[in-house]
Amino acid sequence: MFIKVNRDKCSGCETCITSCPFDAIVMKEGKAEITEFCQACRSCLSVCPEGAIMEVEEESDRKEKGQGRGVWVFAEQRDGVIAGVSFELLGAGRRLADMLGTELSAVLFGCSAADAAELIRWGADRVYHCDDPMLCSFNDEPWSGLLSGLIAEHKPEIVLAGATPIGRSFLPRVAARLKTGLTADCTSLDIDPETKNLVQVRPAFGGNIMAAILCPNARPQMATVRPRVMKRGEYSASRQGEIVRMDAGSIQSRTRLIETIKEVSEVAINLQEANIIVAGGRGVGSEKGFQILYELAAALDGCVAASRAAVDEGWIPYRHQVGQTGKTVSPKLYIACGISGAVQHLVGMQSSDIIVAINRNPEAPIFNVASYGIVGDLFEIVPKLTKKIREAKGL
Amino acid sequence: MKIVVCIKQVPDTAEVRINPETNTLIRDGVPSIINPYDMHAIEAGLQIREKAGGSVTAVTMGPPQAEASLREAVSMGVDGAALVSDRAFAGSDTWATAYTLSKAIALLGADIIICGKQAIDGDTAQVGPEIAEFLGIPHVAYVRRIDDVRDNAIVVQRLMDDGYDVIESSLPVLLTVVRELNVPRLPSLKGKMAAKKAEIRKLTASDIGAEEASLGLNGSPTQVKNIFAPEAKKDRQMLAGTADESIDILVKELVARKCL
Ligand SMILES: Cc1cc2nc3c(=O)[nH]c(=O)nc-3n(C[C@H](O)[C@H](O)[C@H](O)COP(=O)(O)OP(=O)(O)OC[C@H]3O[C@@H](n4cnc5c(N)ncnc54)[C@H](O)[C@@H]3O)c2cc1C
Ligand SMILES: Nc1ncnc2c1ncn2[C@@H]1O[C@H](COP(=O)(O)O)[C@@H](O)[C@H]1O
Repeated sequence: MFIKVNRDKCSGCETCITSCPFDAIVMKEGKAEITEFCQACRSCLSVCPEGAIMEVEEESDRKEKGQGRGVWVFAEQRDGVIAGVSFELLGAGRRLADMLGTELSAVLFGCSAADAAELIRWGADRVYHCDDPMLCSFNDEPWSGLLSGLIAEHKPEIVLAGATPIGRSFLPRVAARLKTGLTADCTSLDIDPETKNLVQVRPAFGGNIMAAILCPNARPQMATVRPRVMKRGEYSASRQGEIVRMDAGSIQSRTRLIETIKEVSEVAINLQEANIIVAGGRGVGSEKGFQILYELAAALDGCVAASRAAVDEGWIPYRHQVGQTGKTVSPKLYIACGISGAVQHLVGMQSSDIIVAINRNPEAPIFNVASYGIVGDLFEIVPKLTKKIREAKGL
Repeated sequence: MKIVVCIKQVPDTAEVRINPETNTLIRDGVPSIINPYDMHAIEAGLQIREKAGGSVTAVTMGPPQAEASLREAVSMGVDGAALVSDRAFAGSDTWATAYTLSKAIALLGADIIICGKQAIDGDTAQVGPEIAEFLGIPHVAYVRRIDDVRDNAIVVQRLMDDGYDVIESSLPVLLTVVRELNVPRLPSLKGKMAAKKAEIRKLTASDIGAEEASLGLNGSPTQVKNIFAPEAKKDRQMLAGTADESIDILVKELVARKCL
């Protein structure tokens, strides 16, 4: 399928040009022309006042749809601990499998049989488990080789994985090998009721727009999802399922893990797993200013994060940075203190359930995404809030 | 040491805004830049060349205008530049992009291929590892430091959520790099002169021997269904009154919504 302009109808009004997210329309001899940047997203079809832009079907559009059955979740582990995102994916995968009337399977490399059973209690009907010690620590080549092989053998229609450093590193290899699509960082997953295709929604252009992506013909349809974006399913201690033990075969790799260095500070810094985050920006004013945020975070049992401005000032280390060039978080509660709400910051936190903004400038854009906004001086508000919360919790 | 750096020309997303009335992107006057992560890839290539010798070639797949980003790379000091450009590449998703680039890189030859962690327009971080798979070579993603480069091996640090992994890989290898790796240099005067005169090698679909069915929109397994503006938060609420009053309301709400 491609998009075409009917030159006879085109009035040269240029309305379509600004509608194109990919800058793929140019004016040529007074008429609009579609260039090679076109992604066939159809944004321009409805904006043309003359109805001069149309879709053209091609022979190759009638590609045969790949076969597949079942929804799979890759259950990621590090140091023998299954990542939280895996349980969230089982929640999302369960819902998709039920919509399709099919089974949900998990794939686990490393860990124990007890861990595999836990995946069943979180919603899986089956777990493909390989506990070869060679697979315990993450390594792109063996992991992608084994997962590709399993997929080729069992042909699931959907494969989901965490958009973590691990998932985002080795899943692309699997997709490349299987000649199928992979959609990164999805924020919502659904089944198209008519075609039964997976509709994958993800932010693009630094979160300025959302795009719905399809993988209409190739199978499996593969997607990664960031931690904390999906909700966990229901845990049932009595759920039964099947554990299929697998042999890794001969494992070869041209990369070797020499050592793993953990960098953990006193506060839990794994922001992506945090339930509650208190974040500070330039308004916090100094390294010392962050002290009141640490106190609020302690009262809430949460972590402290920061905007890039605060990190650049040297008030807090980079690993606390949230945003386009930092971490993406989506806690239950995000309290932004002295953060203006630049789009690069917002893309890292706007999927949080509840956002509280404290800023003395009522015009600050952070208030556009805030569930609760308080206009005021953070040095007055934050300590009072800490006190109230401690009272409410009976501390 | 033959080093190839993959760079992408992208719109400066910091400048892109949505028109709330028409739900479309406002791109007027949005400048094109080299993807910021790819600046670090260029710098990494140059630093490896300075230590180990060899040459650095910058490659981009894109429209004819992308030549500007290659000239910028030359001004920073890369030795050669190739523009992979053909109408047949139109509408490529990450799979087709990686396939096309891998064909071009195979033609150029490389011991070390360096990509940015991700492109800021697509944010997929997939093209690098996919290129490695197509070339049948190992890759290391999120490289934050290069510890050692030898004739047939490299030792790098890979950034993880909880710290970093130290990894040794054989060559050839593909690396994707994060910002912490280095500070990209500014173009020198000599570099700027060279950039003006530099010859940019042009590669088409037939030059790289690519299969037509794997290119562009047709070769792309994924399709964009539609594009829309992100939803605004529905439940926005400004808490008025004195500081104490608004804090009272807030704490009640947080208790009601089970945050405490
Ligand atoms: C390519 C690129 C990538 C970027 N990536 C990121 C990223 O990952 N993360 C990120 O955060 N930024 C990022 N930025 C930077 C971003 O554009 C902003 O510059 C940054 O987020 C601003 O941080 P800030 O809100 O803390 O500071 P400012 O914009 O300076 O805002 C400070 C706010 O504090 C308020 N304030 C001041 N004093 C008080 C007080 N006493 N009480 C209450 N409020 C007070 C002010 O009203 C103001 O709104 C990126 C930029 C670019 C170009
Ligand atoms: N069209 C392209 N031309 C050259 N390199 C690219 C292109 N697209 C992506 N890359 C490389 O792949 C990296 C990751 O891109 P992406 O997967 O789109 O986020 C970028 O930082 C570039 O190094």
